[in-house]
Order: sequence, then C-alpha cells, then structure tokens
Amino acid sequence: MTDKPMTDKTVPQSGHVVPAVFTRDMLDWLPWLEPMAADQMSERHLASLVDAARVKSDYFRLLARDPDVLEARTRTDKDIFYNPDAGLPRAERELAAAATSRLNGCIYCASVHARFAATYSKRVPEVEKLLAEGTGADLDKRWNAIVAASVALTSTPVAFGGQHVDALRGQGLDDEAIVDVINAASFFNWANRLMLSLGEPTPAAA
Amino acid sequence: MVADVIDTLADIAPGSPLDTARVRRTVARQQAQASYLSLFAPASVGGVSAQERHAVACFVASLHGQAQAEAFYGAGLTEAGGSTALKAAIALAVAAGKTQGPYGAFPKGPLSVEDKPGLIYRAAPEVALTLGRRLVAAFEHTHMLVFHPRDAAAPSLQSLLDAGWSTTDVVTLSQLVAFLSFQIRVVAGLRVLATKL
Repeated sequence: MTDKPMTDKTVPQSGHVVPAVFTRDMLDWLPWLEPMAADQMSERHLASLVDAARVKSDYFRLLARDPDVLEARTRTDKDIFYNPDAGLPRAERELAAAATSRLNGCIYCASVHARFAATYSKRVPEVEKLLAEGTGADLDKRWNAIVAASVALTSTPVAFGGQHVDALRGQGLDDEAIVDVINAASFFNWANRLMLSLGEPTPAAA
Repeated sequence: MVADVIDTLADIAPGSPLDTARVRRTVARQQAQASYLSLFAPASVGGVSAQERHAVACFVASLHGQAQAEAFYGAGLTEAGGSTALKAAIALAVAAGKTQGPYGAFPKGPLSVEDKPGLIYRAAPEVALTLGRRLVAAFEHTHMLVFHPRDAAAPSLQSLLDAGWSTTDVVTLSQLVAFLSFQIRVVAGLRVLATKL
C-alpha cells in the first residue's frame, strides 16, 4: 500500500428541508465544509469576524479560515450598506441586494435582504412581488430602474450600459446614489457566490 | 503602496468627477483594495500558490470579457511565473467555457419553471495536461461559480478536496472567485458611469 495524503471531507448534511421558494422568512444555513471550532480560533481569527457575536455563525467561522479576506470583505459590506452618508437610501441598497440574489438564485441572501428592504421601505407588497415573480416584476418606475441596473450588473458578461445610468438619473438618483447601486449589486455577486457554494439554507428552527 | 486596483482598472484619476463620486464610500474603497491584497499579495500564501491564484484570476477575468481586468491579471500571472504553456491552456479553457450567466437549477418545486440549463465546463484533455489536477478541479469549480452558482452542491467541493485542496484552500479559492465577481462588476459599472459624468 502506498501512502496517500490526508484528504479533507465535506460535511454531510441530511434530513433537513431545503426551501424551494423565495421567502422573507428566517432561514438557517448549513455548511458543506467544516467551520473552525470556536475554541481553536486565534485572536486573528476572532478579530476577522469584526462582530464578536458572529462566532456563533457556521458561515463566518468557515470563512474565518482565511481571516484577512474575511475581515476586508465584512468591512467592504458594512460601508456599502450601512454608511448613512449621502447616496442611495438604505432600503434601495437592500433592494439591489435582494434583486441580485433573486437573479443569481440565492434563496438565503434574498431572504435576509428582502426582509431589510421591506423593513426600511415599508413596501412589503412590492418586495413580495419581486420574490414571487422575479426581477421582471413591475414594481414602480424608480424600483424598476434599480432592479434593471442590478440585473445588468449581475449578468455575466456584465450588461450594464449607459441606458441604465440614464434610467437611474431619470428617477432622481445622483452620481453617489448610482455608485451605491453599482457597489450594492456588485457586492452581492460576491456574497451570493459564497452562500450558494459553501452550504445550503434550511428553515430556521422555530 | 500598491495603487488602488479598481481605480486603476476603471481609469479613475484623483480629483476626477468619478473620484469625487466615490469619496463617500472611502472605507469600502479601501477595504476592496485590502481584499485584493489579502488574496493576491497575502501575508502568507498558505496552501494556494501565487501562480494558482493568478491563473484562476485570469480565467475569471477572461470569462467576464472585462478587458482591463484580463490585462491586469495576465500581467500578474506573468509576474507569478506563469509559463506561455499555462497561458495558452487558460486561453483554451476560456474559449471552451465562455457563455452567458447566470443560469442553473433551483431546488425542485415551484421555481423549477425558472430552471435554465447551460454549459457545464469540463477541462479538455490537452488543457488538463498543462493545468494539472489541482487547477483542473479549480477551473471546473470556478466556471460554475462564475456562470451558474446556484448549481453548487457538496460534491463539487469534494472534487476540490480530492484534487488536493484543503478545506482552508477551498475557502480561499471561493473568496478569490467571488471577490473578482465583485471587483470586475464595480470596474465595469464605474467605467460606464464615467462616460456619463
């Protein structure tokens, strides 16, 4: 027998329900790769979580295996979505995130950001319509323009063009707000790919 | 100091209108650059070599057809010692893998009517010979992440692990492809906005 190097294994997940529709309900997320054990994380690993409470999350303890990129990813995310200085209202940054997630097919990310979009905009019917019908749903002119821009940015190759900028301007977005649309949709092309490929959602425990 | 890659690829000059429009998100700008550095000039490369990182980046940039990113990561691969043969193999992989996304299947149920079939990329034998086992597994996984991420499942990760990627290496690879999916879109978006300022 020849020596074989040790090969890591994926984490078997079975017996759980996988949501088959887009929803604003709370979901959990089950990892396909082994997260770090909380008691084996160094100071650097713990600091990379940015929010200490994230040590409870399998997703963040898995990403903490490469702490430098996790920390930079999280700080990018927070500034794009939470920085209240000028630009697009929070509700519409969340709309761009939800639309991107809807198109890529990330049921987990869509649930979180549809909840935020609904909370900050107080426009539950429109958010529900986006989830139910997809990115072609007719919401209103301004939201349609933001969703269309997010769709164009999410397409590979990127299909975003001058007509999208014109449409956003036509709905009152200034340059800083358009930068926010570009950042928010682009960032969810990062987040969706991690969430979709490293594990899967399941309904949150009641 | 390494110049801001997004500014470089989007041709944003200091003091230009686009530079000004980005000022309110200075932290995001700095942290996108920190993300780039953590992936392409890391404190320690760990289990993923600089050449592997840049080879995957070339593949991702070319699959997106974003000219500035292609040139940038192509130069990075040269610096990381990528051979002419490796670049030729990547070009063949790109030619075979280029398509339009996002596509893929949803969990079976009401969303199945939205399922969109598309190319499942597998490296051709002559490409595989040059790439080697680890990069073949990485390219096949990367293609899925770029074009049809909703098709991801545990077996695609197991293929990477079986090809010699550790769990931590897979996290790094996943972050690298996902980050580039962000960076390339920001560059493409800002380049369009620049024509409208």
